[in-house]
Amino acid sequence: MAEFRMPSLGADMEAGTLVEWLKQVGDPVKHGDVIAVVETQKGAIEIEVFEDGVIENLLVSVGQTVPVGTALAFIRSAGALATPAVGAAKVPPRVAPSPVVPAPPRAGPAAPAPFAALKISPAARRLAADTGIDIGTVQGSGPEGAVVFVDVENAWRRMQAAPPAKAPPAPAKAPAKGIDLAAMRGAIAGAMARSKREIPHYYVQHMADLGPATEWLARTNANRPPEGRLVLAALIVKAVALAVRGLPEFNGFYRDGRFEPGDRVHVGSAIALRGGGLVAPAIHDADRLGLDDVMAKLRDLVNRVRAGRYRSSELTDPTVTLTNLGDRGADALLPIINPPQVAIVAAGTPARRPWLVGEAIVARPVLQLALAADHRASDGHRGAMLLADIARRLAEPAGL
Amino acid sequence: MTRDELKRVLFVEIGNIAPEVDPATVGDDVDLREALDIDSISFLNLVIALKARLGVDVPELDYPKIRTLRAALDYLAARIGRG
Repeated sequence: MAEFRMPSLGADMEAGTLVEWLKQVGDPVKHGDVIAVVETQKGAIEIEVFEDGVIENLLVSVGQTVPVGTALAFIRSAGALATPAVGAAKVPPRVAPSPVVPAPPRAGPAAPAPFAALKISPAARRLAADTGIDIGTVQGSGPEGAVVFVDVENAWRRMQAAPPAKAPPAPAKAPAKGIDLAAMRGAIAGAMARSKREIPHYYVQHMADLGPATEWLARTNANRPPEGRLVLAALIVKAVALAVRGLPEFNGFYRDGRFEPGDRVHVGSAIALRGGGLVAPAIHDADRLGLDDVMAKLRDLVNRVRAGRYRSSELTDPTVTLTNLGDRGADALLPIINPPQVAIVAAGTPARRPWLVGEAIVARPVLQLALAADHRASDGHRGAMLLADIARRLAEPAGL
Repeated sequence: MTRDELKRVLFVEIGNIAPEVDPATVGDDVDLREALDIDSISFLNLVIALKARLGVDVPELDYPKIRTLRAALDYLAARIGRG
């Protein structure tokens, strides 16, 4: 019997609100299945299960806000004998009852959940997010006062009919993202303050010649339909993944007073949300993917992140992060490590600059790379090797 | 397809990548990517969508020719029907 718990989706997350169960009691589940949607400061996140088995019991109902670590469901593991009591609220007899472990004690007084557990249907929540209706102001007409779709729809109609002076300043058509940007700003601030407080950062910078990569990309894309084209970001993701595989002190987590190297390379790719905020979900096993696959994953992530739909493992899995200013921005960026990771690589905006080729000065596209890394896991000498290695790989794009 | 119809299609597809802006408020001659803060992946999504909707495959070399609304409409109008 396994407990499925409210996961921690970031250094700063204390609680989450269950928005939707996607599986019911008796449903079989397997590793990687999305079984619930949880609302956090980073938006609605799809939560995956890590066991194979059958849902025995759901312990938390939709709308409830519970601390990280709280058991949400019991899952009878696939190896265990089937018990007749599917749906019953008790554990199978031969197994020692799993105690419903309360959330681990936290420093400081345990604050009560900041808002009452409002019952809201998923459809109502989505409509509220799309129309910008504050769901707390909507009177519910569903079972036990639950706010259902039609309630939000009516509220939206009333808002539309209201005199313009009372209408919100946002244009009526603008769909909100379903992400509370103020809450996200708080989450980013919490994680970054912790990073700056706890992690002894050091920084290394290096300028990479982007001539070969730019020419290779132009040649490669010239013969491809748009859906098959690559962008520079995909090359940088792959170069970073290969480089940290060779220098493992930059790939992994610093936890419980020691560095745990990652046995796989999951590159978190920082994606800016339109309107502000960012998240850095993982491209799993980026070192082993071909460039076309990296590109496909990158496009998929950008689309899903901006739609406010991504998975719990994508937020917690990155073993190293890449932040990339893209082709419209500033020359360089000095990043801050996202704990518990130990390194973050930043790429500035490529720009044409004077560059020496032999004794001649030529115009060349160059890329400013920067590394922030954790001195508890590595030193500047190795950090310099990492950036030099990334630059070398970008100079030989056919090998990526 | 008239220029107005083409403009509507273009606005819908721009709306899909920059949902919070009204393309009608963007000047005809300003740089779309600058004005709407469109990154390279979103721009590629727009090019993919234009191919699906209009059958026009804009090669990378022609990206500068669809930099503004006016330029994009001129370019797409000329390319439609010629593949």
